[in-house]
Amino acid sequence: MLLTITTTHRPATDLGFLLAKNPARTHSRKLSFGAVHVFYPEAGEERCTAALLLDLDALGLVRGRGREQRTLAHYVNDRAYVASSFMSVAIARSFSTALAGRSKERQKLAETAIPLSAEIAVLPCRGGEDLLRRLFEPLGYAVAAEQLPLDDAFPEWGPSVYFRVRLEATCRVSEILNHLYVLLPVLDRDKHYWIGRDEIDKLLAKGEGWLKDHPEREQIVQRYMGRKPSLAREALMRLVAEDDPAPDETDAARAAEEEALEEKISLNDERHRTVLEALKQAGASSVVDLGCAEGRLLKRLYEERSFERVAGMDASIRSLEIAARRLYLDRMTERQRARIDLFQGALTYRDRRIAGFDAACLIEVIEHLDPARLPALEQALFGFARPRILIVTTPNREYNALFKGMPQDRLRHRDHRFEWTREEFRQWAGGAAERNGYAVRYATIGEVDESLGPPTQMAVFTQ
Amino acid sequence: MTINIPELCLVTLVGVSGSGKSTFAANHFKPTEVLSSDWCRGVVSDDENDQSATGDAFEVLHYIARKRLLAGRLTVVDATNVQPEARKPLVQLARDCHVLPVAIVLNITEDLCHERNKSRADRTFGRHVVRRQRQQLRRSLKALKREGFRQVYVLDGPEEADAATIERQRLWNNLRHETGPFDIVGDIHGCRDELIDLLGELGWEISGPADAPAITHPEGRRAIFLGDLVDRGPDSPGVLRIVMSMAAAGTALCIPGNHENKLLRALNGRNVQRSHGLAETLEQMEREPEEFRDQVRKFIDGLVSHYVLDHGELVVAHAGLQESYQGRASGAVRNFALYGETTGETDEYGLPVRYNWAADYRGKAMVVYGHTPVPEAEWLNRTICIDTGCVFGGRLTALRYPERDLVGVPARQQYYAPAKPLRPAGPDWEDRPGDLLDIEDVSGKRIVHTGLHGNLTVRAENGAAALEVMSRFAADPRWLIYLPPTMSPSATMEEGRWLEHPQSAFAYFRSAGVRRVICEEKHMGSRAVIVLCRDGESARKRFGETGGRTGLVHTRTGRPFFDNPAIEDAVLARIRAAMTGAGLWDHFETGWVCLDAEIMPWSAKAEELLRRQYAAVGAAGRASMAAVVPALEAAVARGQDGVTDLLPRFRERQAMVDQYVDAYRRYCWPVDGLDGLKIAPFHLLATEGTLHTGRDHQWHMQTLAALAEQDPELLMVTGHRIVDLEDAASETAANDWWETITGAGGEGMVVKPLDWVVRRPGGAGAFRCA
Repeated sequence: MLLTITTTHRPATDLGFLLAKNPARTHSRKLSFGAVHVFYPEAGEERCTAALLLDLDALGLVRGRGREQRTLAHYVNDRAYVASSFMSVAIARSFSTALAGRSKERQKLAETAIPLSAEIAVLPCRGGEDLLRRLFEPLGYAVAAEQLPLDDAFPEWGPSVYFRVRLEATCRVSEILNHLYVLLPVLDRDKHYWIGRDEIDKLLAKGEGWLKDHPEREQIVQRYMGRKPSLAREALMRLVAEDDPAPDETDAARAAEEEALEEKISLNDERHRTVLEALKQAGASSVVDLGCAEGRLLKRLYEERSFERVAGMDASIRSLEIAARRLYLDRMTERQRARIDLFQGALTYRDRRIAGFDAACLIEVIEHLDPARLPALEQALFGFARPRILIVTTPNREYNALFKGMPQDRLRHRDHRFEWTREEFRQWAGGAAERNGYAVRYATIGEVDESLGPPTQMAVFTQ
Repeated sequence: MTINIPELCLVTLVGVSGSGKSTFAANHFKPTEVLSSDWCRGVVSDDENDQSATGDAFEVLHYIARKRLLAGRLTVVDATNVQPEARKPLVQLARDCHVLPVAIVLNITEDLCHERNKSRADRTFGRHVVRRQRQQLRRSLKALKREGFRQVYVLDGPEEADAATIERQRLWNNLRHETGPFDIVGDIHGCRDELIDLLGELGWEISGPADAPAITHPEGRRAIFLGDLVDRGPDSPGVLRIVMSMAAAGTALCIPGNHENKLLRALNGRNVQRSHGLAETLEQMEREPEEFRDQVRKFIDGLVSHYVLDHGELVVAHAGLQESYQGRASGAVRNFALYGETTGETDEYGLPVRYNWAADYRGKAMVVYGHTPVPEAEWLNRTICIDTGCVFGGRLTALRYPERDLVGVPARQQYYAPAKPLRPAGPDWEDRPGDLLDIEDVSGKRIVHTGLHGNLTVRAENGAAALEVMSRFAADPRWLIYLPPTMSPSATMEEGRWLEHPQSAFAYFRSAGVRRVICEEKHMGSRAVIVLCRDGESARKRFGETGGRTGLVHTRTGRPFFDNPAIEDAVLARIRAAMTGAGLWDHFETGWVCLDAEIMPWSAKAEELLRRQYAAVGAAGRASMAAVVPALEAAVARGQDGVTDLLPRFRERQAMVDQYVDAYRRYCWPVDGLDGLKIAPFHLLATEGTLHTGRDHQWHMQTLAALAEQDPELLMVTGHRIVDLEDAASETAANDWWETITGAGGEGMVVKPLDWVVRRPGGAGAFRCA
């Protein structure tokens, strides 16, 4: 992997003093994950380029020592060829004095802004060119980026996530190195080492003087900290607390985010309220939530005193664990615990555990089943479990036309195997009711569009 | 005195303190068979005489007794049991577990008991306690039978107690030592002609006069009649004559049906409704001599409601029998065997709604039964109903055991109109209740009994993860009859330029005692299992399909291979046509086939993997080297020290990246519909009734080559070589072949023993390479 730094400041060869690497020689050193070489493809009076070549020991990494193994699951990986957190480490090890803004021979020049450019041969930009620009342009760089194709023999595969990037600015050497140190892994988003608390100190040190005013500050911190939201929060707090008592920009951004979220929550909330109301109206004495996911509805059912017994079933173990935590199952008294149950199951299986419930609900669940499996669901639920009341809600596909920017043939969720129009839903529900001796009535959930109907449709079956 | 008790029963000892119950139990029963209340008191309270622990002690005693009885073990309760309230739960327990309760009373005088107690330091209670117990015992003696004890033995005095011997009797239903072979015959209902036809079809020889026929089987087979010999049909006495004579001759066993039960009550002069064809039988019986009616009465009266045969492998009962009732004796067991289980409701024809116990059946024994006429005898969870409604114009069916062959003859006419149609007009699944999976069969820790690998344990958390994955992503489980194992690579070469080489595979098999292996050309595609039916009817019959699917192409993990059902249909249609063209449907007498195959190109299924990983690495590598090499060249041109040895290294690396890209590109080509798609089947796994794993791999290659020839555009023949591992020349030839394949850019080859299953030397299991 190659990173080059070029200056046209005269004499350009002073770059060697600034980086503490003599242009006449090649500087090689061993790192735990390979070797790093600094050499000069050109070293003239007008123009001098230092190249940092990272010769990653890809096989050695795969063989793995300790936890480094976790980032490199496959032999086939791009780490040896792209700019990543490995490159940041290489920068820190090769250019430590320059990074700190010091130069033994040219301290004054080190403190001076000079014309500099950096070229990164292959930079993975998870977030696209847009993010690349939003990260570097506010720091004063002219950004040139060329997206690389995946394989020119197969143009239909489209572009890759990799960019060839050139950054140009008039700035101090330490600035460009610190920016690269922080922002390369932010773009790559795949740190090769375990992220611990000391990472906050590193970030604050390398981000000194520019990070706290960066408009993408939050995103930079979050991505830099990897999948450790708690550390990201702590880093942000420390960053802000240092001198900025009123981070209003941040607050405004948060509020906007919540608003977007709010819309989603309100439909879900209305769905739960409608289902709860229907259950109470039908006088349900016990309820099982089939496909309870993380237990949001189940919590509301549990809080409703008129249900003597509630239970949640889901196929996903992880969801059930989250639901158990949400409900504080392990802190319940025996009496409380006897009222609620959580268990793993699948809707296409006959299951005695759900047979004893007065009511059952399938809230936004049926569309996750392959259509060919619906007869098995019908048999297991209507034929075997036979709750007195059964509530089914599912998206109304017609309504999708009202979602901005949603392509016509797309469904609302990747795992949806189908979405029904109102007519299709009624066809299935009516048939299932008739075949199994149930009566069915229909209801709407959410704001009803005059011609396209509601966003969510509901059927209430009763024996 | 000889005390005869059933081999499985609950023995309740009754006697006051000091009457010698524990000694008696120790003399006549195994220590583990005896549960003593004193011992239980000790277990819960550390003191065998702590009366305050009595409640808990009995709870423990009853709990253990229940476990033992449910497991089919004779159990003796050693407690005073002089009070009716102490005995009542024991009688109930015996009933719950469907075993007979037996009482053995030690009737010893008060003086002797008192003497014995005095000599024991831990018995500190006074004489009044013994006296009270004596009184209670005396009152109990008459009540025991009434309380439900089926056998009561009273031993008067210590001499009789000492002299008693206990003999354990085999239960009437226990014919475990009878191993067959059997011809099991379904409900006959007076259809004598058809019975004769069927016996003929089964190879029985019939001679002698009609009223005393001699019926024998030249191979010494025995018949088992599943009851309902009579009613509705034209000649119930004729059927009874045949069955009774065979039973008397020892060539047949017979169990009663509900119709025999009712006939017996009628013959005994009870007032019964003459419905469901009983009137016809009674009329026919009227024409018979009184002597014959007597014989019939005795015969029916002596029938045992079910049998457990062949070391517990086979159970026969008229209406079937759930596992917990097998080999047990109680009113409930008999009732189930005769009438089956009903839900208590009646249907629109006024008939009781039957609960399909067979759908819940998970027992080890095969259960063969009749009682409910079905259009076709079909297996469900190791059970089969072979009442195919002969008297209603259907067929009379027999099951050969242990062969499991069904043999049937058509009814000569319809003798009686059924009260309701044989095939109910309910939802489709009522026909095939076994198609719905039950969560109890997959959750929790499971132990799977396998033919080749003994018992395999599936841990609960692994089962849970599998349930999640399979229920969310896999295809309809009815079609998932095979999930292939993954292929294992050969050991990495320890030296030389190859990472893998045929030599290490050959050496491995040689060391495992395998002499001949087959090398098959490896296709770089995606593994697929193809389950294909000849037509929609076969799909319905074999896989219970109701949605119109006629086959499935799925991945190694059971997910549908093709996202687009139209493509899948087209692929299936082409292979179906090839099967027809090659004459394989008829050759195998099958309506379906299961193939193991590789589908090319790799990019067809793995495009996401290619894009995300393979092509991505190629793109990054090429762009990176394209920048590094010129930079190094420039430095070399400048005459910079220390870069001269870097440049050739990175040039070499650049060439390797290019080779890498070329390598994956070879396995990628565009597919449009079926154009460009290639399928290489390499195992013909199964067809109706046959698993073809008994054939060696050469047979599979040859048979599938014949299939592939029918459609060379879609189907590929797999090149292969057979290698004799004790012949160096044969091995060299295979190595050369491998070098030719890989030299031409091929992925290599698969090496497997020529036989499908190879037993490890020394009998340490088996391994299968497929």
